[in-house]
Amino acid sequence: MIGKKQFNAEAIAKRTLFLFAITGALILFLIVVFIFKEGLPIFNQINPVDFMLGGEWSPSKDVYGALPFIAATILITAGALMIAVPLGISCSVFLAEIAPKWARELVRPAIELLAGIPSIVYGLFALVVIVNTIEVSFDVPTGESILAGSLILAIMILPIIISISQDSIEAVPRAYKEGSYAMGATDTQTITRIVIPTATPGIVAGIILGMGRAIGETMAVVLVLGNVEKIPTNLLDQGEALTSVILLEMGEAAVGSPHYNALFALSMILFMIVFSLSSISNHIIAKRGLRPG
Amino acid sequence: MSMEKIIVRELNLWYGEKQALEDVNMQIRENRVTALIGPSGCGKSTFIRCLNRMNDRIEGVRITGKVEIDGKNIYDKDVDVVALRKRIGMLFQKPNPFPMSIYDNVAYGPRIHGTGDKKKLREIVEDGIRGAALWDEVSDRLETNALDLSGGQQQRLCIARTLAVKPEIILFDEPCSALDPIATGKIEELIHDLKREYTIVIVTHNMQQAARVSDYTGYFLLGEMIEFGKTKKLFENPHKKETEDYITGRFG
Repeated sequence: MIGKKQFNAEAIAKRTLFLFAITGALILFLIVVFIFKEGLPIFNQINPVDFMLGGEWSPSKDVYGALPFIAATILITAGALMIAVPLGISCSVFLAEIAPKWARELVRPAIELLAGIPSIVYGLFALVVIVNTIEVSFDVPTGESILAGSLILAIMILPIIISISQDSIEAVPRAYKEGSYAMGATDTQTITRIVIPTATPGIVAGIILGMGRAIGETMAVVLVLGNVEKIPTNLLDQGEALTSVILLEMGEAAVGSPHYNALFALSMILFMIVFSLSSISNHIIAKRGLRPG
Repeated sequence: MSMEKIIVRELNLWYGEKQALEDVNMQIRENRVTALIGPSGCGKSTFIRCLNRMNDRIEGVRITGKVEIDGKNIYDKDVDVVALRKRIGMLFQKPNPFPMSIYDNVAYGPRIHGTGDKKKLREIVEDGIRGAALWDEVSDRLETNALDLSGGQQQRLCIARTLAVKPEIILFDEPCSALDPIATGKIEELIHDLKREYTIVIVTHNMQQAARVSDYTGYFLLGEMIEFGKTKKLFENPHKKETEDYITGRFG
C-alpha cells in the first residue's frame, strides 16, 4: 500500500517536471512562429534577395533594403571579434595556466561580474569614454562610429570568451600536461603545443557564443553607432545595426503595415543567424563533452 | 658491479604540513631495474616524482635533502629543470598519449628539443617505436590517432615517446596498473630489454611484478624506506619484520 503511494508521488513529480521542461521548448517554438508570422508577409511585395541586398531603406517610400544594417552588424561584430578573440584567449590561458591562485581569485569574479552588467550601462560608458576618445584622437566631428560599436562589443563579449575558454583549458587532462613536462617541455611549449590545441573546440565554442551575443546586442550599440541608414565603408563611418533599426522604428510602424512586417523580417534574419551560431557551438561542445559557462 | 647513477640523501618531503617522505636514502645503480614497493599512500609515487622534479609543479610541496644524478644534486639552484627532465623520462599510471597521431606523439619530444630535419625526425620516431616493441603493430598506421590504440599499445607508445628524447634514466610510476595481464607482460619484457641501455626505476603495487622485473627493491611504509636490497634477497630473506609482513601478504 505504502509502496504504491510513493510510486504515484514520484510519477506526478516526474510529469510535472517534464511539463516545466517542455515549456522552454514550447516558448522557443512560439517565438519562431510569431516572428515568422509577422515577418513573412513582407515577401509578398519584395523578394527575399532584394530585401537582403537592397541598399536603400525608406519606409516612407515603401522601399525596404536591409543591406546597410546587415553590413553594419557584420562590421561591428567582425571588429569586436578581432579585438576580443586574441585578448580573450590570452587572458584565459593566463588565468588557467599561469596566474597564481590569488590573481585567479581576483580576476575570475571580476570577469563574471563584467558579464552581468546591463548592456545599457555599457552603452553609457561607451558614449562617455569611447565615443569621446575617438572624437579627440581622430579629430572627427562625431565619435559615433563602427569603431566605437566594435570596441564596446569587444568589451562585452570578452567575459564570454574568457570564461568558456578558461573552462575548456582547465578541462585539458593533467596527464597530457605532465606527459609533456616529463619530456622536458617548457611551460610555453606545453601551452602552445598541447594545451591550446586540446582546448580548441571549447575555445571555438566560446568565440561563437560571443559572436552571437555581439550580433544580437542592442542597447549598447544603438547609443554609439550614430544610426545612419547607409552602408558604412570605413571604421569611422556611422551606421545602424539590425537590432537598432528594430528598436528605433518599431514604435512608429503601424501594426500590420509593410514597415512593421519588414522590421519583423529583420528580426527573422537575426534569429536565424543567432540560432545557427548557437547550434554550431552546441554541436562543438557536445562533441567534446564540455559544458558552456 | 655497476656504478651508482642516482644517490638519494636524507630526502624529506612535505605536502603543506603533512610529511610524506622521511629521511629517505637510496642508491640506484646504472643499467639496473630498481623497484619501489609498498602499500598505497606509502610515498613511493611521491618519491619517484622527486627524481625528475615533477613535484615542483604541485603547490605547497617542500623538499629537503639531495638527489644526486652522476654526482650532481638536481635540487641545486643552478639546475635547469627542463634539461633535467630531458635526461629522465617518465611513464605514468594511466597511459597518457597526446590526442594526436602516433607519429606526432613520438615526434613531440625531438621537435620541442629542436629536431627540424624531416628525415632525421622520421628515423628517431621509427627507432623510438621499435625500441618500445610497437613497430610491427603500428608501422602501417602512424598517422592514425594515438587514442585509437589499446591501453597496452598506448603505454608502449608512451615509452616510444620517451625513448625518442634519448633519456638516460626512465621512471615508471605504476605503468601497468591500468593494463590487462597480457599487456602487462609485454611492458615487463620491454623493461627487461631497456635496462641494457637505461637506468630504470619502477613503482609498483604488484609484488610479483617487482620480483619479476627488478634487480633491486626498496620497501616503503608511511613515508619511510624500511628496507632496500637485491630483489632476490629482499623477497627471500627480508631483514625487517615490516618487510616480511608485507611480502608475505600479512599486511597491505
